[in-house]
Amino acid sequence: MIDVDLAKSDLRSLNSRLQAVSEGSNETEWRVLNPQGAHAVAVGLTQPIRVEVQGHVGFYCGGMNQMAEIVVQGHAGPGVAENMMSGKVRVTGNASQSAGATGHGGLLVIEGDASSRCGISMKGIDIVVKGSVGHMSAFMAQTGRLVICGDAGDDLGDSIYEAQIFLRGKVGRLGADCIEKEMRPEHMEALQSLLDQAGVEAKATEFRRYGSARKLYNFNVDHADSY
Amino acid sequence: MTVDPPKPVDPRGLRPSASFPNHVIQEIQRAADVGVYEIRGFGAKRKVPNFDDLVLLGASMSRYPLEGYRETCDTSVVLGTRYAKKPIELKIPITIAGMSFGALGANAKEAIGRAATAVGTTTTTGDGGMTQEERESSKTLVYQLLPSRYGMNPDDLRKADAIEVVVGQGAKPGGGGMLLGQKITKRVAAMRDLPEGIDQRSACRHPDWTGPDDLEIKIRELREITRWEVPIYVKVGATRTPYDVALAVKAGADVVVLDGMQGGTAATQDVFIEHVGIPTLPAVRLAVEALQELDMHRKVQLIVSGGIRSGADVAKALALGADAVAIGSATMVALGCNKPVYLEDYAAIGTEPGFCHHCHTGRCPVGVTTQDPALEARLDPARGARLLRNYLTVLTLELQTMARACGKSHVLNLEPEDLAALTVEAAAMAKVPLAGTDWIPGGGY
Repeated sequence: MIDVDLAKSDLRSLNSRLQAVSEGSNETEWRVLNPQGAHAVAVGLTQPIRVEVQGHVGFYCGGMNQMAEIVVQGHAGPGVAENMMSGKVRVTGNASQSAGATGHGGLLVIEGDASSRCGISMKGIDIVVKGSVGHMSAFMAQTGRLVICGDAGDDLGDSIYEAQIFLRGKVGRLGADCIEKEMRPEHMEALQSLLDQAGVEAKATEFRRYGSARKLYNFNVDHADSY
Repeated sequence: MTVDPPKPVDPRGLRPSASFPNHVIQEIQRAADVGVYEIRGFGAKRKVPNFDDLVLLGASMSRYPLEGYRETCDTSVVLGTRYAKKPIELKIPITIAGMSFGALGANAKEAIGRAATAVGTTTTTGDGGMTQEERESSKTLVYQLLPSRYGMNPDDLRKADAIEVVVGQGAKPGGGGMLLGQKITKRVAAMRDLPEGIDQRSACRHPDWTGPDDLEIKIRELREITRWEVPIYVKVGATRTPYDVALAVKAGADVVVLDGMQGGTAATQDVFIEHVGIPTLPAVRLAVEALQELDMHRKVQLIVSGGIRSGADVAKALALGADAVAIGSATMVALGCNKPVYLEDYAAIGTEPGFCHHCHTGRCPVGVTTQDPALEARLDPARGARLLRNYLTVLTLELQTMARACGKSHVLNLEPEDLAALTVEAAAMAKVPLAGTDWIPGGGY
């Protein structure tokens, strides 16, 4: 375990060391102490290392992650795991807005609540939120899965494309072109697998599925009210 | 001697309406027929004050010109000197504006990359990410970070020589993009993680930051990922330019890219193109004043785009204080856009050379803005590169000619004092005197 104390070391030094880990290196276990809300902690990582951040982080923790496993023991600011390509990011507390924004792959687990626009423009990432999510979550979500074990705020899945939303609790109001869809056996199976992978104790049978009605895919004047 | 009888007065007394000229009548009736606003490519077609309304004051008795073919006139410019470890070194101050693969075909992107490399300037990606052809053909490539983040990935980010955070563009400040379904081939769809054939809406705001304070943090993240090596540009459409430029500087930009309302687009609502934003002419002056007020002029470099067509336009933009220009529409025109060839194909999409703005259809008759293999084959990358290289060289020679005539040994030595305006509007917008006077309108009471 390699400790980096952000009370004594600067962010550039931390990220530089994490980004410099080479393929096959033994430096696979890292611990970041005293993050004190720092922004851009552990961004742009490219190797399958494990980074445990002991404390709260600011914006963009785990941004553009590739292969690394990052655990935030605390809360995360906006854009946690933004544009993640692969790997895992786990937040044991709450996450601010735009969690997992535009993520292309990997798994983001938020053990608390996530604020608005969780999964905005997601492009393949899987996001599992044990708590609730704020308004406009999965806005323009393209592909990937957003799993919400609690409730969802208004305008869930607004202008959604091919991403799938699984919701256990209530939703205030669905966004434009987002509809409830049939939960078929293959969805149950895939969701249960994802929940298990995320380490979340929940039954897939308790969830409802939402996705795109595909009415806004090509402009039609008779759907103008939905734009 | 006989006198021809006078021609009778047209008894119909036809008088066109100034409020409803033919093109307005046509647009109202088109809207009524189809129920969709017009979406088109290219830039503003309306007449706005532009660089043609300025003239350069060549040297005579009170200034010495440089000998045109003997004395050096340097055109090199360095961009990104504020924070980046590896600034961009341009041989000419004329860069290629961001245009996406998707809007443009792969051959056009490759041709642009080859030409830019040959003359020592940069080319720029667009919505949809970086193609391999583009990276391989471009020695110096600027990677755009757009609100949609289509095709955005950290591997390409690290391959880039500079990063351009796109906040807006001149054709549609405040608006998102739209790539119509007919241009979404399998390859374009895969790059954007969306199904084939659907209209691809690009967001107008970034998904993970809002406002200049957030942008400062976003830029820091990008620098952390790219090890503080490459310059970070911030691109804005020209609207509230003094504030936008100052805030971009405050957010940590190395370079500000300012796109005036004449800037082109692959597909945007006509009403947006023609009615939102301010012309490039006043925008340059406003941006330079904002930089000067912060004591950041020449420290944060300014790239200006939107309606740059000739070396004279470049010279005037630099004289007003820009460090470089970017060209998009003119690049396409050099590649053959609106060229009078394949007339039947222009006719098939309801237009003709000189009027075409049908980039949005994907049926570009000259193979520039298309994904159709048969049409795209009309633009051979090597030939396209030669055309664009020639054009960029001509622009540079024209720029040097103007600068030498003003007695400048470096094009960045051009200054507002070298300019006069031909119209009251241009004098007020550029803050240079109306020709033959010392009057700058708007200078106070």
